[in-house]
Amino acid sequence: MKLFIINSSIGRKLIMSLSGLFLFLFLTLHCFLNMFLLGGPSAYTAVNDIMELPVVTIMVPILAAGFVIHILYALWLYWQNYRARGEVGYASGKKSETTSWAARNMVILGLVVLLFIVLHLTQFWAKMQLQSFLGGANQVHADQSYDLVANQFRNPIVSVLYIIWYWVLWFHLTHGFWSAFQTIGIDNKKWQPRLQIIGIVYATILAVCFTSINLYFLFGFGA
Amino acid sequence: MEKTIHITLKIWRQKGPQAKGAFETYQLNNISTDSSFLEMLDILNEKLISEKKETIVFDHDCREGICGMCSLYINGHPHGPDEDVTTCQLHMRKFKDGETIIVEPWRSRGFPVIKDLMVDRGAFDKIIQAGGFISVTTGGVPDANAIPISKEKADEAMDAASCIGCGACVAACKNGSAMLFVAAKVSQLALLPQGKIEASRRAKAMVAKMDELGFGNCTNTGACESECPKNVSISHIARLNREFLKAKLKD
Ligand code: HEM
Ligand code: SF4
Ligand code: FES
Repeated sequence: MKLFIINSSIGRKLIMSLSGLFLFLFLTLHCFLNMFLLGGPSAYTAVNDIMELPVVTIMVPILAAGFVIHILYALWLYWQNYRARGEVGYASGKKSETTSWAARNMVILGLVVLLFIVLHLTQFWAKMQLQSFLGGANQVHADQSYDLVANQFRNPIVSVLYIIWYWVLWFHLTHGFWSAFQTIGIDNKKWQPRLQIIGIVYATILAVCFTSINLYFLFGFGA
Repeated sequence: MEKTIHITLKIWRQKGPQAKGAFETYQLNNISTDSSFLEMLDILNEKLISEKKETIVFDHDCREGICGMCSLYINGHPHGPDEDVTTCQLHMRKFKDGETIIVEPWRSRGFPVIKDLMVDRGAFDKIIQAGGFISVTTGGVPDANAIPISKEKADEAMDAASCIGCGACVAACKNGSAMLFVAAKVSQLALLPQGKIEASRRAKAMVAKMDELGFGNCTNTGACESECPKNVSISHIARLNREFLKAKLKD
C-alpha cells in the first residue's frame, strides 16, 4: 500500500489535486454536453440518449467517488490545518498578500458549491438517472428531459441561484487549477503565471457557458 | 534633520509556555524615525527597567538581517509592514506619528510561545537534522568549475539558500505550514550535483519530520512568499512536491 497518500501532507495534497482535476474533467464534459440545450429539443435528446448508455452508468459511481474523496480530504485537511494554526489567533489580523482571494477561501467556496450540487441533484439527477437505477417506473426519459430543464430554468429564482452558483464555482476553479499543478510539482517560476491565467480563462469559459444556458431559458428562448 | 514620532504599542505579554497571555499597552514618545524597530523596543525596555517593571522578551541576534533570530508579528505582517526585510532591519520611519502598533509572537502550533514575544523554533532545527545536509566528507575546497553547474541552477540554488530559517512563512500561513522553509532547504541541495544524490532520502525525511511536528498542509495561498524577508519563491515548493512524489513513486 502506498500509505503516503494518507500519512504525508504532500501525499494528501496529491489526492486533493488529482480528485480536483478529475472533477475539472467531468465539469468540462458536463458543460459541453449541456450546451446542446441551446440547439433545441432534438439535439439535446440525442445527447441524452448517450447519457443513458451503460458506459455512462458505470461512470456514475466513479464520479461520485471523485466528489466524495475530494470533499472528505478537503474537510480532513481543513481540520488539520485549523489545528496546525494554533489556539490563539492574531489580534492584528492576517494582512499578508496571497495569490488570490479564492486561495484563502477554498473550503467555504467548496461548501457553497456542495450545497448547490445537492439542490442540482434533487432537481435533475434524482428524476432521471436515479429513477433508472430504481427500476425506471418514474423516470424522466431522454425525450422529456429537455422540458424538465426548460421548466426549471424558466423560473427566475432557480436560474438566478444557478448563475450565482456558477460564479462561486468560478472562484474555486481559478485557484484550484494552478494549485493542482503546483501540488503535483508541474510548476515553476515561468509556468506559475501562465497556469494561473490558463486557470482563469478555463474557469471563465465554463462559467460563461453554463450561465448562457440559464439566460437562454430565462429570456424565453427555446422550445 | 531628525524626525521623531509618538507611538502607542500593544504588546503581547505571556509569563511562560503554559500561562495565559494578554496585550499590554505602552506609550512611547519622541522615537527617532531613524531607529530600528528593535532599538525602539530596547528603549521601551530601558524605560521598563527604570520603572522597575519586567522587560519584554523578544528574539534577536545579528541585527543585520542574516541570522534569522528576530521575529515579531507587527500590524498584521510577520516582520512588519516593510517588504523583504527582517524585523531587525525594519525602521520606525515606516510608522506614522500617533500610530498604534500591535506586536505579537509568531502563532502556530509548531512554534509554542516561550515567553512574551519569543517562540520556540526548535522544530526547524529538528527538520534540518532529519535530512538537511550532505552525508559525505567533501574534503577541501574544490577547484572552481571542477564540477560544471549551469548558471541557472546555481542561481536557483543560491536563491533557495538565502533562507535564514526565521519562520515568517509559518507565521503568515493560514494553515501553519512550513512548506516554504522545507522547500528552500530541500531545493538548495537538490539543485546541485553534490546534493542531488541524496535528494530522495532528504525530501522524504524532512517532509516526514515536518508532518510529525504538527505543521499544516500547504494549500498554495502564497502568503509565505509575500512575507519572506529573503523573497524565497513558492516555485521551490513545486520542486519539493516533485522531489517528494518522485521519491515515493519509486518506492
Ligand atoms: C465541481 C466541483 C469541484 C471542482 C472541479 C474542484 C476542483 C478543485 C481543484 C482542482 C483543487 C486544487 C487541488 C490542489 O490544490 O492540489 C481543489 C481544491 C480544494 N477543493 Fe475543490 N473542487 C470541486 C468541489 C469542491 C467541493 C464540493 C468542496 C467541498 C468542501 C471542495 C473543497 C476544496 C478544498 C478545501 C480544496 C483545497 C484548497 C487547495 O488545496 O488549494 N471542492 N478543488
Ligand atoms: S523561507 Fe523565508 S520566511 Fe521562511 S524561514 Fe526561510 S527566510 Fe524565513
Ligand atoms: S536579528 Fe539576525 S536577522 Fe534579525
